[in-house]
Amino acid sequence: MAYKQHKLLLILSFASFAIQYLYNFLHFSMEKLLVAENVSKSFGDFKALNKISIEVPKGSIFGLLGPNGAGKTTFIRIINQITMPDTGHVILDGEALQPHHIQHIGYLPEERGLYKTMKVGEQALYLAQLKGLSKQEAKVRLKHWFERLEIGDWWNKKVQELSKGMAQKIQFVVTVLHEPKLLIFDEPFSGFDPINANLIKDEILKLRNDGATVIFSTHRMESVEEMCDHIALIHKSNKILDGKLIDIKRAYKSNTFEVGIHTNDPNGVTSALKERFEVFPASFKSINDELQYKIKLPANASANDLASYLISKGQLTHFVEVIPSANDIFIETVQKN
Amino acid sequence: MNHLSLIIKREYLNKVRNKSFIIMTFLSPLIMVGIFTLVAYLSELNNDKIRTIAVLDESGLFSDQFESTPGLQYTMLNGVTLAEAKITSEENGDYGLLYIPKTDSIKALSNATTFYSEDSPSLMVMDDIEDAIAEKANTLRLKEAGIDAQTIKSLRIRVEANLETYKGEETSKLGSGLKLAFGGAAGYLLFMFIIIYGNMIMRSVIEEKTSRIIEVIISSVQPMKLLLGKIFGTTLAGITQFLAWVILIGVLSALMTSILGIDPTSVQAPQQEMLESGGLATDSMVQEVMMEISKLPIANLIVMFILFFVGGYLLYASLYAAIGAAVDSETDTQQFMLPILMPLILAVYVGFFTVIDNPHGTVSQVFSYIPFTSPVVMLMRIPFGVPLWQQILSVVILFATFIGTVWFAAKIYRVGILMYGKKPSYRELIKWLKY
Repeated sequence: MAYKQHKLLLILSFASFAIQYLYNFLHFSMEKLLVAENVSKSFGDFKALNKISIEVPKGSIFGLLGPNGAGKTTFIRIINQITMPDTGHVILDGEALQPHHIQHIGYLPEERGLYKTMKVGEQALYLAQLKGLSKQEAKVRLKHWFERLEIGDWWNKKVQELSKGMAQKIQFVVTVLHEPKLLIFDEPFSGFDPINANLIKDEILKLRNDGATVIFSTHRMESVEEMCDHIALIHKSNKILDGKLIDIKRAYKSNTFEVGIHTNDPNGVTSALKERFEVFPASFKSINDELQYKIKLPANASANDLASYLISKGQLTHFVEVIPSANDIFIETVQKN
Repeated sequence: MNHLSLIIKREYLNKVRNKSFIIMTFLSPLIMVGIFTLVAYLSELNNDKIRTIAVLDESGLFSDQFESTPGLQYTMLNGVTLAEAKITSEENGDYGLLYIPKTDSIKALSNATTFYSEDSPSLMVMDDIEDAIAEKANTLRLKEAGIDAQTIKSLRIRVEANLETYKGEETSKLGSGLKLAFGGAAGYLLFMFIIIYGNMIMRSVIEEKTSRIIEVIISSVQPMKLLLGKIFGTTLAGITQFLAWVILIGVLSALMTSILGIDPTSVQAPQQEMLESGGLATDSMVQEVMMEISKLPIANLIVMFILFFVGGYLLYASLYAAIGAAVDSETDTQQFMLPILMPLILAVYVGFFTVIDNPHGTVSQVFSYIPFTSPVVMLMRIPFGVPLWQQILSVVILFATFIGTVWFAAKIYRVGILMYGKKPSYRELIKWLKY
């Protein structure tokens, strides 16, 4: 009897742990690490940011996009407390931004560099200590990172002896060394060769998987495509778009399909298609000698209808929904505004 | 370790380990002592040459008038004509030939005497000769007029006024000279310190901008802390260098004196003489100097020196830092340097001309309240006795301005360090204050 009671108690406590864990997990995944509300900033007569509100979910990679001079850097500097906003406020992990929060942020600015005449190791130690690490702790972590990125033998080199890419690696290490909750990378891949850019990309993804949240500002749309879960688009000091990248893509797709069809009567099929649908020329790589078109369907039409129609006209060799790339969305939205 | 001490430590070590800093620390005293030694050595060498002057005195009045000195020797020629004398003198390689003709009256001598030489003779030698002739001629003239030269000599008196303040403090010209020396040294030291290390701070700010590390740093620390850390770190390096200079110059001077037997400080002697209205024997002079020093308000001097030095230096240092932040490279600093250098140079000029002339004149007084000139000017006035309330007022004005300047500099600094690629105008700088 006593044994059974114990068993029951054990199961109950397990269950409660599980529920709590699940609840935490859900709560965690919903939580925003960084919330900016109505942030505005003017420099003299120039309005650099106009009531920008952004929410960065915990554990996401958040792409902050926009043309040159849109206000991205000003916004990032406000998060880093380098510049103070005129109005609005920023909340980091539930607390209004305070000086001590700089320990929880790692920032790799676009305009970046190192002291040229200082030795690499000494300099990395100095920057790490400024971020609040003790000297011993910083040394241990630096050794680890230097080995990981295979730059261990640079410790006693002076920065001016390093190439640009090498210096960038050190800056990356210094940015992430204090294991911040929030990492902000402004054009992180500039100055890297493709191999090292890939290495850094993998490191960023790894950091995200380990629980860090990443804000990522770049003009390289292919890396946005590859890495970002969420994006916000800033144009002329205003936020003009934000949300999950998938949702945005869904909103921007136009029910258009890229098709290839092999037929003995190309002219007949072409005119038949043009009669029924909105048809645009298309060209994609193929081993077949077929007709290639982009076909835009009305909003209520389904892909299946198009497919079965095409099959009735010939051999269907290619059928893909056209999903707008981040690049397309960027250009379209900016031009529209 | 907190941020400020980290930054100070880095700035200090970075400066002190810098190759050109180390070279300058050791080279400057070497050059200075070297140059003084060289000049002392050369002027000694110059005086070593014995000049011989042949004298052909046809009047026969001046034979006993020319006394040879170590540097100058006279040889009397007798029973030769002028033409012969010229030839002998030139053949002997004499410095020159002095010809005094036989004249009817002594008065006629005044423009009958001729000096023949290869090149034009040194002014000092000519003065000596002319003085010697004039003295003898005067005596002879007095004799002609029936006046005994000896009587006149004994009747002549020398006046040396005793100096005393209304409060009964005895002063002396020597004391005034010492006061000038103290004030001048303090003012000049401050001036040099500002120029050398203000520039160093400016360069260090520019370096952080051009190397683009600034944004990384200020995402970790507040710009104000970085600015202060930079100023303090560089200043400590400056003090280190200054101390090294003082010690090295002392050691080197001692070495030079003992090895070569040349005293580099002797070159400055004419200046000292001028200041101290010299003519005193060495022993009593040392005593008197010590006594005058003990009369100076030493404690007041030291306290005020520290206050004005710190206030004045920080005032200018923060301005230098602001300039560094406003520009992109050192070549762009010129237009902003002028407004800084102008009051500094003015202060030194006012100090060395107006204060020396009249330590308590209106100009001296006004400039010792204007905060951009007061550190130098007031430091030079204090040894002459400035009422305490005036000193305190000046210090208060200085520190109030210092706070204002630091605020201004910090504003410019905050904005400037993140501005790349364009050289700002003054109007833009004013705009930055509102950001």
